[in-house]
Amino acid sequence: MNKILEKEFITPFVFRMKVEAPEIARKRKAGQFIILRTCDAGERIPLTIADGNADEGWIELVVQVVGKTTKQLSALGPGQEICDLAGPLGKPTHIEFFGTVVIVGGGIGIAPSHPIAQAMKRAGNRVISILGGRTKDLVIMEEKMRATSDRVVVTTDDGSYGIKGLVTDAIQKLVDEGEKINLVVAIGPPIMMKFVSLLTKKFDIPTLVSLNTIMVDGTGMCGACRVTVGDQTKFVCVDGPEFDGHKVDFDEMMKRLRAYESDEKTSRERYEQGCCGKHR
Amino acid sequence: MEAKNLTTKERLQIPPVAMPEQDPRERVRNVSEVPIGYDAAMALTESQRCLQCKNAPCVKGCPVEIDIPAFIKAIVEGKYRDSINKIKETNILPAVCGRVCPQEEQCQKGCVVGKAHKDVDKAVQIGKLERFAADWEMERGEAEVPVIKASTGKRVAVVGSGPAGLTVAADVRREGHEVTVFEALHRPGGVLIYGIPEFRLPKRIVMREVRNLERMGVTVRTNYVVGKTATIDELFDEGFDAVFVATGAGLPLFMRIPGENLNGVYSANEYLTRANLMAAYSFPESDTPIARARNVAVFGGGNVAMDAARTALRLGAENVYLIYRRSKAEMPARVEEVHHAEQEGVQMMLLQNPIRLIGDDDGWVREVECIKMELGEPDASGRRRPVPIEGSEFRVAIDACIVAIGNASNPLVPATTPDIAVNKWGNIVADEETLKTSKKGVYAGGDIVLGAATVILAMGQGRKAAHAINEFLASGAW
Ligand SMILES: Cc1cc2nc3c(=O)[nH]c(=O)nc-3n(C[C@H](O)[C@H](O)[C@H](O)COP(=O)(O)OP(=O)(O)OC[C@H]3O[C@@H](n4cnc5c(N)ncnc54)[C@H](O)[C@@H]3O)c2cc1C
Ligand SMILES: Cc1cc2nc3c(=O)[nH]c(=O)nc-3n(C[C@H](O)[C@H](O)[C@H](O)COP(=O)(O)OP(=O)(O)OC[C@H]3O[C@@H](n4cnc5c(N)ncnc54)[C@H](O)[C@@H]3O)c2cc1C
Ligand code: SF4
Ligand code: SF4
Ligand code: FES
Repeated sequence: MNKILEKEFITPFVFRMKVEAPEIARKRKAGQFIILRTCDAGERIPLTIADGNADEGWIELVVQVVGKTTKQLSALGPGQEICDLAGPLGKPTHIEFFGTVVIVGGGIGIAPSHPIAQAMKRAGNRVISILGGRTKDLVIMEEKMRATSDRVVVTTDDGSYGIKGLVTDAIQKLVDEGEKINLVVAIGPPIMMKFVSLLTKKFDIPTLVSLNTIMVDGTGMCGACRVTVGDQTKFVCVDGPEFDGHKVDFDEMMKRLRAYESDEKTSRERYEQGCCGKHR
Repeated sequence: MEAKNLTTKERLQIPPVAMPEQDPRERVRNVSEVPIGYDAAMALTESQRCLQCKNAPCVKGCPVEIDIPAFIKAIVEGKYRDSINKIKETNILPAVCGRVCPQEEQCQKGCVVGKAHKDVDKAVQIGKLERFAADWEMERGEAEVPVIKASTGKRVAVVGSGPAGLTVAADVRREGHEVTVFEALHRPGGVLIYGIPEFRLPKRIVMREVRNLERMGVTVRTNYVVGKTATIDELFDEGFDAVFVATGAGLPLFMRIPGENLNGVYSANEYLTRANLMAAYSFPESDTPIARARNVAVFGGGNVAMDAARTALRLGAENVYLIYRRSKAEMPARVEEVHHAEQEGVQMMLLQNPIRLIGDDDGWVREVECIKMELGEPDASGRRRPVPIEGSEFRVAIDACIVAIGNASNPLVPATTPDIAVNKWGNIVADEETLKTSKKGVYAGGDIVLGAATVILAMGQGRKAAHAINEFLASGAW
């Protein structure tokens, strides 16, 4: 049981939540995630640790409401408790001095890219952040990202804010401007990570992506999270979540993410109608 | 039937008492336990088949050396409390072992009665009697809490809450040490909870044993991934004096054939975890989904494959094919489990091997391509090596498949504690008698040491380790 300290919606479908978790706060590093359950009949879902404070003993999650579990989580508030919370899981991001690092955050992916930007900055890198969203409201955490970046480029699909276009257009522009980029870290929807990887491959820029496959245990026991990287099968929860974007089979991963589409719809509809599953 | 004064000859004439079971057609539609258990009359008859041998070869076959003639004698005399207490002197999980031990390979293998009939199936049904005594106690509510010695102030961390971890927790706690069990998942019990299905081992039995440990004063911390939440070295820094690692063999192996990452392809671990731990069989009452497939293929021939196949039937599959590359005689699964699976309608496809999985445009598995096999010369394991018959490929339509070809050891702890030595398979190296690892204060046992083994072997190692830990804490000598 972990107590919720704060909750706040930052867009109509994205909220941040501060949760008491002293042990995780002490150990967590950029790039790691937790697994939680909202109730005893609930599913185990992974969420990236977006921030944390070891002295005060909390971690912060930034969550997009997409289905039953994230919706149920969004209904909880300060003083209430999260039934199960385990972590920090996955390998931390490999941080060192690379030179110029471009951090690409798409939508909700901006949240997990924040601790990575921070750590890269601390390691002496020049950090350029590209924040992408479909529309202005979906570009989250801009202030926090500005505070830890040397340069910030914002893109929106509809042009309501920043450059009109996709994050790949922004990368292209940086290259055209003559920026020497040593590493790209891309976190966001799989389709975004796929196209970023295709583009950076053309320019031979090493690219890390953070994968968000379906998980169950998160400890390497089940293989639900497997992806093809190069010619090998990897488990995202223990071998990742970050991989060389040039080697990931994104098409396979996107198909795997859709495996339970109709069941997820059933769960969401039942929850919306008020049956939240039995509490044992 | 009167209890006493039977001659050996008379005892040998009593046929083994079969345990009543749910009808196969009925039970594939529920998740309740398949064998129903002995009643008192059945237990009396069966217990009278035991000859009370002086040198009791059965005891040597039991990895925790239960005093088998003594507990059976107590059943004959109707002293069920004495019987269960006798068992519990060396086995803290009798209700579990009575159900899942491969008795025909262990205690019942050497039984004089079975030998006399030249048929191991006619041995005294030791496991079934053990279950009877354990269930008798369970029906009477909470078990007695054993005596705990005065507090020593010493602290022991147990990593993993499977049978090995639970055994160590009990035996170390009894000596008066403080014990914390750390479990990565949200429920304790290890494979007993997430792997072995409800219809073979009701979860309430495992939960009751964990509750008993808590009543003894053991702290159980779920959602705690050692190596991640804290490393072993950090546990020592926090003040633990000894650590027992029992993290099991939880790394699923895949076949490495094309199409294995298609949707609908599961490791047995994933399939069983979804079904058991996450209660996917009651979806949408519970949130975790699982493929509701009509035609399911299971690859493998062990207990895990049988559990997966029988679970698939209970999840509504019309056809479940168990595809195994050798013949039935070589199957590592228990005879009883193979029999149960066949009774329930699992279709055995023997001497056949999957070579490719074929999917549709959405990435779902639709067919499995197999090749027929024949048995050649014996291999290193002594079993005849299966050889593919060229040109015999054929396809079977499926919409899900489960890979149950085995597990390797869980690398999480060794990877984060490099001074714990492992062998080339990734199993932790531990001394056979003391279960000491290469790192001071750290012991290991169960599947993480043995490779995928059995519940009772894991418990046997747990007992030895607990003994060594208790000595270490008393003397301080490593
Ligand atoms: C390492 C990792 C880090 C993540 N970090 C974040 C984060 O910081 N913020 C955030 O909003 N989301 C994050 N996600 C995604 C998040 O886990 C899913 O959005 C969540 O599981 C959806 O659950 P649901 O019940 O609300 O929706 P559902 O209706 O169940 O599913 C919606 C979609 O989420 C995915 N999903 C479903 N079940 C799971 C599962 N058990 N595990 C993973 N994905 C699943 C599927 O693609 C599905 O189509 C992360 C995922 C991974 C793997
Ligand atoms: C489907 C199936 C059916 C089986 N059927 C039988 C049978 O009929 N009879 C029989 O005798 N045996 C059977 N076995 C084998 C038996 O279950 C195992 O040999 C036994 O459970 C091993 O016990 P253990 O204590 O070593 O580990 P496990 O039972 O595997 O428990 C290990 C525990 O450690 C936890 N853990 C792992 N890593 C960490 C970490 N880093 N931090 C904290 N916790 C961690 C795991 O989550 C797990 O709960 C079966 C196995 C399976 C998978
Ligand atoms: S614990 Fe297992 S091997 Fe030992 S007597 Fe009981 S059933 Fe037989
Ligand atoms: S060997 Fe068989 S008959 Fe002899 S004591 Fe053991 S169980 Fe009884
Ligand atoms: S989530 Fe089970 S192995 Fe990664």
